[in-house]
Amino acid sequence: MKLNLVYFAWLKQSIGKGSESVDAPVQTVEQLIAWLRGQSGGHGEAFGKDAVLRAAVNKQIVSDDHVLQDGDEVAFFPPFTGG
Amino acid sequence: MIRVQAEDFDVGAELAALGRGNNKIGAITSFMGLVRDLSDGADVAAMTLEHYPGMTEQALQDIEAEARKRWQLEDVLIVHRYGRLEPGDRIVLVAVASSHRGMAFEACHFLIDWLKTKAPFWKLEATPQGERWVEAKSDDDQAAARWAKK
Repeated sequence: MKLNLVYFAWLKQSIGKGSESVDAPVQTVEQLIAWLRGQSGGHGEAFGKDAVLRAAVNKQIVSDDHVLQDGDEVAFFPPFTGG
Repeated sequence: MIRVQAEDFDVGAELAALGRGNNKIGAITSFMGLVRDLSDGADVAAMTLEHYPGMTEQALQDIEAEARKRWQLEDVLIVHRYGRLEPGDRIVLVAVASSHRGMAFEACHFLIDWLKTKAPFWKLEATPQGERWVEAKSDDDQAAARWAKK
């Protein structure tokens, strides 16, 4: 499945880029996280088992079991700290 | 109305413009957040706010819509800045216009509590020990949870 990934805050720093396009053999957000963990050392750090992450698909917050569609924009980031 | 911008804002001008000409308004309340020079025991020289363009605007619009559902409001303004800010700089302005002060105070408090946990902003602080990402606080989650529908 082709996906456009976007990263923010320390995830972006760990991975070394703010966005990338991937073709991943996954169906859910949880499977995508597990797949990304193995893509590089930086990905491994960003998607480590202890990392506190949130995900958004097409700019809406989703849970880990959300089912992805081809062409989705999937964003990963830590909990928000605005205001 | 919501705005996401790098530029500073003029609080007096923003409040004066809120609901201008609407004589049903009897109360305007506001909250303004500033950059502090001390955070979790470390000196802060600067703070950089990152956000998720597109999602940020949508999230702030959703937060405004939720407040308008809960209270009868005549006008709402949320202005949130991003980019590099220094201690004393303004970060965010939330203002609410309503017929009476009770609704205006409550809605303003609700808006800033929800914004903190539901709008995609992240703070990077520059300290003498280097840069660090601010971690989300459980206090903020509790403050937002206070407004959960029973």
